[in-house]
Amino acid sequence: MLYQSWPWYIAGPLIALVMTVLILMGKRFGMSSNLETFCTIGGAGKFVDYFKVDLKSRRWNLLVVLGSVIGGFLGAHLLSPNPAVQISEKTVAKLNGLGFESAGTAYLPTELFSLEALSKPSVWIILLVAGFLVGFGTRYAGGCTSGHAISGLSNLQRPSLIAVIGFFIGGLIMVHIVFPLIFRS
Amino acid sequence: MKSVLYIMVGTFLGVILYKSEAASWFRIYEMFQFDSFHMYGIIGSALAVGIVLVQWIKRSKVKSFFGESIHIQDKERSFTRYIVGGTLFGLGWALAGACPGPIYILAGAGYWAILIVLFGAVLGAFVYGILRDKLPH
Repeated sequence: MLYQSWPWYIAGPLIALVMTVLILMGKRFGMSSNLETFCTIGGAGKFVDYFKVDLKSRRWNLLVVLGSVIGGFLGAHLLSPNPAVQISEKTVAKLNGLGFESAGTAYLPTELFSLEALSKPSVWIILLVAGFLVGFGTRYAGGCTSGHAISGLSNLQRPSLIAVIGFFIGGLIMVHIVFPLIFRS
Repeated sequence: MKSVLYIMVGTFLGVILYKSEAASWFRIYEMFQFDSFHMYGIIGSALAVGIVLVQWIKRSKVKSFFGESIHIQDKERSFTRYIVGGTLFGLGWALAGACPGPIYILAGAGYWAILIVLFGAVLGAFVYGILRDKLPH
């Protein structure tokens, strides 16, 4: 059981528990603000006052990041003898049509995330652009999946609902309109 | 001691998101194709439990583990920044197949290409910081 894919009704409540423990520790559940902390560590405060923050106040969240790196290691190397993600057959067929042959056989598409894929400049561009949109978008919106979709909606915040609607507008445009343009089999 | 607690919470989160496959690019694609209930189940059940627990914390005036009073900040009121920022994030989320939490988790899992996504994300946050005063919020 532990070694198989965990069902949604286990994972969802446990995520809510993580949020609650962080609130009960006097903090909050938000992963994207760490991106700004990395900017500060890299010296971005020299260019923009926005990044002049006391790193001590951000330390706790960096420790959560460190933990999640460890968690990813444990999840992948100790708890997952078979990394293949059992996505639906319909999804596999759609992805095969876009040239993703690894659909249904891997945890991440080897077409984008394997070391061999990195020999293609187009893959670097895709990953960089994707990351840029994630970083710019979350900071503009003031949060990501953890800060808005989980924490904000749990606190019944209307701004978070608007942000989550935005997440879906963006995601649907990417998958249904942009993917057929950039991925071809 | 507190430091160890934060690391443990993060580790727990990392294992949950990895094992539930919320950190898998394939699950994000499948979600935006509406081909499976899995991701909606994760977010929906997290919310169902989260709403109850947050309301309990707010109403009971429970103190933090360290004896401080708890204040959950309301999100600033606005429309533009949430819809525009949210849409840009959504585009990146679907393309990278990972939001900020899973980026760290996948790095730990040994998917080195995700570090390119992380570099792009830090760059994006930096550019936001530079343009912040010129953007509508």
